[in-house]
Amino acid sequence: MGLIPIYALGLLAALLAAAKAQDDLFAAHAWVFAIACTIAIISTAKRVNFAVEHDTSEETYLDSVVRAGVIATVFWGIAGFLVGVIIAAQLAYPALNFDWPFTNFGRLRPLHTSAVIFAFGGNALICTSFYIIQRTCRARLALGNTAWFVFWGYQLFIVLAATGYLMGVTQSKEYAEPEWYVDIWLTIVWVAYLAVFMGTLFKRKEPHIYVANWFYLSFIVTVAMLHLVNNMAVPVSFLGSKSYPVFAGVQDALTQWWYGHNAVGFFLTAGFLGMMYYLMPKQAERPVYSYRLSIVHFWSLIFLYIWAGPHHLHYTALPDWAQTLGMVFSVMLWMPSWGGMINGLMTLSGAWDKLRTDPILRMMVVSIAFYGMSTFEGPMMSIKSVNSLSHYTDWTIGHVHSGALGWNGMISFAAVYFLVPRLWDRAALYSPRMVNWHLWLGTLGIVLYAASMWVSGITQGLMWREYDDQGFLVNSFVESVSVLHPFYVIRMLGGVLFLAGAFLMVWNVFMTIKGHTRDEAPMGSTVATATA
Amino acid sequence: MAAEQDTKPADREVDEFTGTATTGHEWDGIRELDTPMPRWWLWTYYATVIFSIGYVIAYPAIPLVSKATAGLFGYSSRAEVAKEIDNAKQAQSQMLDQISKKSLDEIRKDQALYQFAVAGGASAFRVNCIQCHGSGAQGGGIYPNLNDDDWLWGGKLDDIHSTLKHGIRFAYDDDTRSSEMPAFGRDEILEKGQINDSAEFVLKLAGQEHDAAAAERGATVYADNCAACHGEQGLGDPEQGAPNLADAIWFYGGSKAELVAQISNPKLGVMPGWQNRLDAATIKQLTIYVHSLGGGE
Repeated sequence: MGLIPIYALGLLAALLAAAKAQDDLFAAHAWVFAIACTIAIISTAKRVNFAVEHDTSEETYLDSVVRAGVIATVFWGIAGFLVGVIIAAQLAYPALNFDWPFTNFGRLRPLHTSAVIFAFGGNALICTSFYIIQRTCRARLALGNTAWFVFWGYQLFIVLAATGYLMGVTQSKEYAEPEWYVDIWLTIVWVAYLAVFMGTLFKRKEPHIYVANWFYLSFIVTVAMLHLVNNMAVPVSFLGSKSYPVFAGVQDALTQWWYGHNAVGFFLTAGFLGMMYYLMPKQAERPVYSYRLSIVHFWSLIFLYIWAGPHHLHYTALPDWAQTLGMVFSVMLWMPSWGGMINGLMTLSGAWDKLRTDPILRMMVVSIAFYGMSTFEGPMMSIKSVNSLSHYTDWTIGHVHSGALGWNGMISFAAVYFLVPRLWDRAALYSPRMVNWHLWLGTLGIVLYAASMWVSGITQGLMWREYDDQGFLVNSFVESVSVLHPFYVIRMLGGVLFLAGAFLMVWNVFMTIKGHTRDEAPMGSTVATATA
Repeated sequence: MAAEQDTKPADREVDEFTGTATTGHEWDGIRELDTPMPRWWLWTYYATVIFSIGYVIAYPAIPLVSKATAGLFGYSSRAEVAKEIDNAKQAQSQMLDQISKKSLDEIRKDQALYQFAVAGGASAFRVNCIQCHGSGAQGGGIYPNLNDDDWLWGGKLDDIHSTLKHGIRFAYDDDTRSSEMPAFGRDEILEKGQINDSAEFVLKLAGQEHDAAAAERGATVYADNCAACHGEQGLGDPEQGAPNLADAIWFYGGSKAELVAQISNPKLGVMPGWQNRLDAATIKQLTIYVHSLGGGE
């Protein structure tokens, strides 16, 4: 209740900003913020309780915010995958741009990447971190309902970013498109997130900090640093949407890819390894394979990753020395990355038989396999001679997606399936067999995606560099584009399969929450029934 | 520290399946084995570090005060590109020299040189020309097809060369090809009825379906206003860039409405001149290539 004046101030500021805005886009975003404040005031006022409160909450975990996070994860996942399928279709059939700014590929592409990485992945990370840190610290989330502010504040960030892309508000930085005022809002939310996480660590009742929490903490701290440095910009007006970055030229490019690569490193790798380090031993009911490996690979990973960004700028105006360092740090990252894969897979020793009956465990294994594959592919692509072929081609897109769909997607789905029965206090999932279908649809989708992008990427690279025996360029750019059409159709089909699997998850989660159980033969029972 | 750990063996229970001791910690039921790091993992990690150190010594790597270490190989990506470009130029220099020296006709008669020029022209065409004229030089929309023998400004080698060099209605070149069809409607030179009739007459010239009576009336209008450039028979005049109207190949569309529109308020196409963007030998090769497409005169 004490928060209502703060929301009211926010509402007032938003209304003033909307009235005085320098451009329509800023006004639109001020209205979005005003609506969010209004909703916050109404929902807080409705929950006002005049009875004397007995605060017993310290004895239980704060799981309501985790439940909301799981639902948000599923929702944004569907949104992000759907937009992905749409833009894949646009690449194969450009008429689907409809000559309308709001449906243009250029605006929908960042909508897709941000929806998948930050909305789907971010919600998955936040809600699993809230779940895991409470259990591995045996402590309720710190700072009262701040976790709820983190949750809703983060959703508001997503809405501001997404509506911004559609309206054309962008600072044109990969994975950092939102403009300055949205960046400031995210900074506030992120600091609150860090405070909740650190606060919970401080009041933990376990003597040691579990490895999952090292990874989550490194993710939260590093993302804060990356976000602040890469988004340093000077707004044209404090009531306008446009800003200019403080860096220019190659410095700007290097800062951007220092950010961009570590978004992959700390958001999509370190954060999700935190998830994996809890889920794998829990689901397999086995001890983590090697404590020493987890220490060495953790510190190696976070030390090396931060230097690898320049490999995104091979053969550009970036000085050679920076390219060299970007490459060697990427090559050295190979084993530290694989440390997580080894620890994940080897945790299964003594429990491999569970793969026959446990589709969630299967999903985790597939996810770790894709993790291993893309963390080998990455260092390989950072080698300059490989990069000279792969750079600017679809190979990079395929690489990103085998990581994002395979590793991040699958481990997040596994987390959702793990969490839903526990959070809603259900005996079991609605249907483990549907999980298995989800796994296979998703895996097939990723294989189609990655394979078609390998072929099209290498085709592009070879066509662009092809000279005839007299030294003349053989192909025009547009010829290389028209050759790729079939692969773009295959890629789109891969996306459709992946999306179809995600829809199965929606149904499965929905029915589990409703408390239903599907009437089906248990997993791994086909042989038994056949012989019986 | 090791002694301290050893004093608490009770905490470090041994995992039954692997026979490995745990670390004695437990979180929410999760324990950790104290398995040593896999040797292959560790050695591969060391190998990548050693490779990296070697690479850093061999290539530019460590930023110092005013510049970075150059590396043992003295490698520089700029120098490498410059060398590759030099080599490529070197390999073609003999042929290019000859192309620069010889006239277009001489190039055409020299089999080897001609073949080289067509290949080089095709390559330059892919980079510079297909954006408008299409990857098969088939044209499209308001851009002319270069495969046929219907030339606006002439199809001889010298004509094509001049068009390429100076462009058409290209504001940045004083020698550009230029002509302006009057806007008979917009500037009220002709009345609507006369424009309609002349359009019918043009359809007749092209041997297409038309209103005979209107075309009859249009013949006079045509003779008075159009024939000076397009010719009595509508065969056009490449000297002035006046298109042939009798071959049913249309630039801005051949429907009645499109003809009326063009006569009333003509579209005037523009092509950039290339003499300041491409070197003389490349323009010559492009000329030979375009000439070879099928319609060269």
